[in-house]
Order: sequence, then C-alpha cells, then structure tokens
Amino acid sequence: MIKLALFILFLPLLSFVFQIFSFRRFEEKKGEWVSVGIQFVTLILALVMLGMMLSRSDPNFSLELHQSWLDLGLFKIDLGIYIDNITVIMLVVVALISALVHLYSTAYMAGDVRFSRYFGFLGIFTFSMNGIVLANSLFMIYIFWELVGLSSYLLIGHWWEKDSAANAGKKAFITNRVGDIGMFTGMLIIATVLGTFNFQMIAERIHDGVWAANAGMLFGGIDPHKLLTVAGILVFMGAVGKSAQFPLHVWLPDAMEGPTPVSALIHAATMVAAGVYLTVRIFPFLTADAMATIAFIGGFTAIYAATIAITQNDIKKVLAYSTVSQLGYMVMALGTGAYVAGFFHLVTHAMFKGALFLASGSVIHAMHHSLHHLDDHETDPQDMRNMGGLRTKMPITFGVFMVTTAAISGIPLFSGFLSKDAILAGTWAYAANVHDGWLASLHLAWILPVFGFGAAAITAFYMFRLIFMTFYGEAKQPQIFKHIKESPKVMTIPLIVLAVLSMFFMFTLPSVNPISDHGWFTTVVQSPESAVTTGPAFELEHFEHALHAAHTPAMVTSILVAGLGILFSVLVYFLNKISAEKLAVKLGALYRGSFNKWYMDEFYINGIIRPFLKGCDALGRFDLDFYDHYLINGWGRNTKRTSKGVGLADDLIVDGAVNFAGIIFQWLGWTLKFIQTGKIQNYLIFVLIGAAMLYVVNVF
Amino acid sequence: MDHLSSYLVLSAILFSLGLYTVVTRRNAVAILMGVELILNAANINFVAFSKFVTHNLDGHLMSVFIIMLAAAEAAVALAIVLNLYNDRGHINVDEANALKQ
Repeated sequence: MIKLALFILFLPLLSFVFQIFSFRRFEEKKGEWVSVGIQFVTLILALVMLGMMLSRSDPNFSLELHQSWLDLGLFKIDLGIYIDNITVIMLVVVALISALVHLYSTAYMAGDVRFSRYFGFLGIFTFSMNGIVLANSLFMIYIFWELVGLSSYLLIGHWWEKDSAANAGKKAFITNRVGDIGMFTGMLIIATVLGTFNFQMIAERIHDGVWAANAGMLFGGIDPHKLLTVAGILVFMGAVGKSAQFPLHVWLPDAMEGPTPVSALIHAATMVAAGVYLTVRIFPFLTADAMATIAFIGGFTAIYAATIAITQNDIKKVLAYSTVSQLGYMVMALGTGAYVAGFFHLVTHAMFKGALFLASGSVIHAMHHSLHHLDDHETDPQDMRNMGGLRTKMPITFGVFMVTTAAISGIPLFSGFLSKDAILAGTWAYAANVHDGWLASLHLAWILPVFGFGAAAITAFYMFRLIFMTFYGEAKQPQIFKHIKESPKVMTIPLIVLAVLSMFFMFTLPSVNPISDHGWFTTVVQSPESAVTTGPAFELEHFEHALHAAHTPAMVTSILVAGLGILFSVLVYFLNKISAEKLAVKLGALYRGSFNKWYMDEFYINGIIRPFLKGCDALGRFDLDFYDHYLINGWGRNTKRTSKGVGLADDLIVDGAVNFAGIIFQWLGWTLKFIQTGKIQNYLIFVLIGAAMLYVVNVF
Repeated sequence: MDHLSSYLVLSAILFSLGLYTVVTRRNAVAILMGVELILNAANINFVAFSKFVTHNLDGHLMSVFIIMLAAAEAAVALAIVLNLYNDRGHINVDEANALKQ
C-alpha cells in the first residue's frame, strides 16, 4: 500500500518533468496525452487503494513510513507518509478530479499558447496536493503547502499577458502567505514544546501530558491550555489562507482569471481542499476554544460569501463565492466537532463543484466559440446576462448543471444533501450541547445553525438563479445564441462522470436510503478522540448524543430552507413574478453591499495596502532625509574632517621627520663627495693620513 | 751589518721611495714600479725578522710568495695599463677617473 502511495505521489511529478523538458518535441504530436495517461494510471492506483481499504473496512486502519531527514541531535525532523482511510479517500478524490480535468483540458485548452506548460503545471499541482494528503507531519505538509501555493500561482497566472491574471496570481500567493505565517508560527510553537512535527506523535505526547509539563516552562509560565489554543488557531490560519476563509478569502474570486479547468481543480480537489484537510489532520489536538473560533470563522464565511454570490453576474464568480461559502461550511463543521460531516462535505463538494466548474467551462467554451465566430471580442463570454435559453442547445451540460445544482442546494437524493444535512445537524448539536462558558451566556452558539441554515437557503437561491439565467428564458443575445454548440465528448464525459458521483448512493452504499448517510463512508471515516488533556476539549461522546437528537429536526429544516430558496428563485427568475431590479432598488444599500462584495477588496486596499504603502513612503523619506542626510552623510562629513586633520599631521610631523633625515644625509653626501676624486693617488694619501693618525692615536 | 735596525732602515727607505713614487707620478708604469719597491721593502722586513727574531724560515717562505705575487701583479697591472692605453691613447692615471662619476 505504501508503494502504491509513493507511485501516486510521484507519477504526476513525472508528468510535470515530461511536459517541461520535452515540450518542444511533442507540442504538435499530442504530448498532452502522456500527461492524461499518467493521470489515469494514478487514478487506477488510487482506486486500487480504495478497494483495499473498503475490503478491510477498518475505521482505525493506519500505516506510516518515515525516514529521518534532518538530525540535529536533540531535534529530529522526519519526512514520511501516513496513510489512513481519510488519506485514501482524499487520494481518490484528487486523482479523479485531476484525471478528469486533464482529459477535459485537452479540448478546452486546445490551441493555447503555452499548452504543454499548462499540462506540466497541472501535474505539479496534483503532485503537491498528493504530498499534502500523504504527509505524516506538519513539516512535510508545510513543504507541499508551499508547493501548492506556487503551482496555484503559476496556473492562475497562466495567461499572464493579461494584467488581471498576473495580479490575481500574485494576490493568491501573497494572501496565502499571510495565512502561512500563522501556520508556521503555530508549527514552531508545537515543535518547540513537543519536539516533533509528526501528527501521531503530537497527539500522543499531548495526551501523555508532555504539553502540560513543558509549555509553561518554555514560554514564561503561560497557561499550557491557552498556549495550545493559540497554537491550534495559528496552524489553522494556514487553512484560513488556503481554504479562503474570511478574512483571507479575497484571492479566490480573483483566481477565476485562470483557465476554467484550473478553477475546477483548485476549487474541487487541490488548493482549497488542502486547508480543510489540514484542519482534519490537526483536529485531535484542537482545544474547545480553538474549535469555537474555527467554527465561527467558518460559519461567518459561509453566510458572508453566500450573500455576495446572489448578485454576481459572472458565471464563474457565482461559483467562486459559492465555493468560499461551502468551504465555510466544512470549516464550521470541523469547528463544531462534526468531523465526519466536514470531511464528507469536502468529498461530495469536490464532485459537484468540480462538475459545476467544468460545466460552466463548457458554457464559456461554447460562448467563446460563438463570439469568435461572430468576430466579437468585446462581449464577456462569462457574463450570464448574455446567456439564456441554453438548455436546448447544450443538453448534456444542462443536465449536469441541474444534477449538481440540486446536489449543492441540498436536495434529497443527491450527495450534497447528505453532507450538508450532517453539517447542519452538527451545528445544531453543538449549539444544544453548549452549557457553560462565554458561548452559553448569550446563546451565542445558536448563531452557528442560523448561519448554516441561512447560507443553505441563499445557496439554493443563487444556484437556481444561475440555472435560470443561463439555461432558461429567452436567449438574451440571439446572435450569439445561434452559434452555440454542445462541447466535444472529452469535455462532456468528465461532466457526466462527476454528475453521477454527485448522486447520493455513491456515498451510502450498501445502503440505498436517500435520507440516511449511513454507508461505507461513515463506516470507514470516524471522528477521532480529542488528545487534549490540559483543559476543556471536544467531548466526542456528548456530541454524538446531541448529533443523534438533532438529526431529524435539522434535516426537516434544511429541506424547508432549501425549498424556500428555490421557490424564491423560481418566483424571481423563472416566473418573473417579482422583479429583480425593483427588489435591488428596494434593498438599496444591501444590494450594493453584496454586489461590491461588502467592500472587502476596497477595505484591504484603502485600509491596509494604501496606509502600508504610505507608511513605507514616510519611512523611506525619513530614511533619505533624516537618516541618510544627518546620520550617514554627517558621519561621512565628520570622517572627512578628521581625516583632513590627520592628513595634515601626517604631512607635517611624520613626513617632516622622514624628509629631515633625508636632507641630513643628502647634505652629508654632498659634503663627502668632494673627497671622491676618482684619483687613486688621492685615496692613497688618505690611507696614509689615516694610518698616520692611527699610529699617533695608538702611540700617544 | 748584523743588526736588525739596519735592515729595517733600508726597508723603510725603500718603502718611502716606493710610496713617494706611487703618490706623485702620473705615469701608470712608474706607479707600478713604485708598487714593486713597496713590495720589496716588505720582503726585506720579512727576511730580516725571520733571521733576527724568529730564527726560522717562515719569513723567507713569505718573501718567495710575495715575489711570485709581485710577478702576477705586474702581469695583471701591465695588461690593465695596455688596455688603458688602447682605450685612451695615454697612460695618465689622473685622467683615468671614471670611478668619480
């Protein structure tokens, strides 16, 4: 199994290497099929692993392989892979979505300027994500975390000639960096206290009381429980960045600048799933307070993004905000302790959101070709106001859209219903379970189910709005409409596969009860016990009880609110009983707020980026005018002055002494040169005189 | 004539004459002759001291050395003088003062 996992990890990297280093030779010879082939082999291997796991059906199954990477004596860093049921399911999801996206891209990206490079980047993206899935330690996850960041940057900015695409890539990268800082700090705190990055060992050591024993000593007497809360939230910050949680969600809608299949990959299986997956991995050592924080961030994100999605006109923007909202759901689920539900939603969401994006890509592709046919380069092919009535022209895409919209809206018989219902029941149970602390005092915990059900209603509303605007009604641009064609088979087959996977029975087998999520999934994925022993932690047993009680009321309510959302959508956009324009005017500020994404981008630009740049500017000026001018240059001037003094002393005293000695010897030489006559006889006389003098001196 | 002093006086006279010749003459050959006189004054001294003071043959031996040396010196010196003449056309030592520069 470990060998299979290693193959799954490295095969996509092989695809990357192949595409990057041999693209010139294969560009015209269908080199992309090598990558598609590799990806499908990966998928088959992943399915083999899934089969092995299902035949074992052991919820506690796990395998670990680790290899010492850095040994500093007291501190060791191991790299390795850890496989349990969650890993296997996630590997299948990543491999499946990636394979389908590869297949789909062969048609969607045909004729692109950097065709083979695109496939290479898809490969490294898949590789990085597999690395995160297989990682056994925070450290290894961090390595692949950054690789995912890099590959998302490369793919979002694929069409970098467009300023907006280049900026979107940059924005995604930098926003993620903000979260990563937190994650890294959290990792370091954990590693400092426990001396390990390994997930299993962290949980074990916290459980054995190592944290309680070490934390206070190492961090100046801080309460160990508080420190654990802080560490958990800091690591979770990484997930806030990657999984686009409020307030770091701003990169995700901009990431729509990338090619649509990339959006599908990012939103369904790779990048945004990474954050949720990380939260799943750190779940056992989150404290109750950390989980409450996570739950509130997730819940707020869910409702916040949903309200924005209502008013967007760009088909991909609607889906982008819906992704943010659904990610909020998953995070909220994990925060409330509905571990299985959160991960379940990650998997079901991967299927239907992957399908939604690929289907919207199919629509955009058709629009694009039609516009190309008309030689029209002005009209936006992604604007839903230019579509309408497409269902007759693109029946397969329409069918897939219907199925997956039903899934995301939480309609029974589809996968989204099961997972969303489980999450809502989780929030309900959580709220009912809170009896003490700050959450209980004002019934604050009940905000979470309110957020959850509200977001469910809004999701149903805006998804059906999208359907009605795109596929129903009159064609708004008859010219464009005339040339719309259904997409080729390589694009529709992935759509159909994903639509089938959005059916409920895919996740409930062997049971076929459409309203109960008891099936293979809930058998192999079970919530881990919390390892936290330092203070209030998540209590699995209580929660399971409350969950059981909340199941039915939550389900009824969720069907009701979804129905309400759909009904409202039908009234406004299908039957035109209520005019959207009038409603927008009536709601005024609310409409503008939603349309402008609650001014979050403006807040960042005006509230953070501009003041920051201004601050930098002021500091720069301070540097130039004061620091450089007075201190550095002043020091220079002083040095120059001192040097001049020293130079003078040098000239006068030292050189003077040297020259004086020179002069004396010059004078001596000048004097003595007169006895140097060159006449041998003179010298002889001097010798004679000298001898006579010696004689006189000796005798007398 | 069996007193040391008579030999020494003779030797001193010879030395003085030789020195005088060397210092005053301009002609290089004459200077050479003066040098011969000085050397022979030394010879007389050696032999005299050998006879009256040490009573052995060391002084005699030394004087034979000096005669031989004088012959060699005369050969070298005359060769120099010959070259000087070839070079300058005269053998006036006063003008052979290139060492001054």
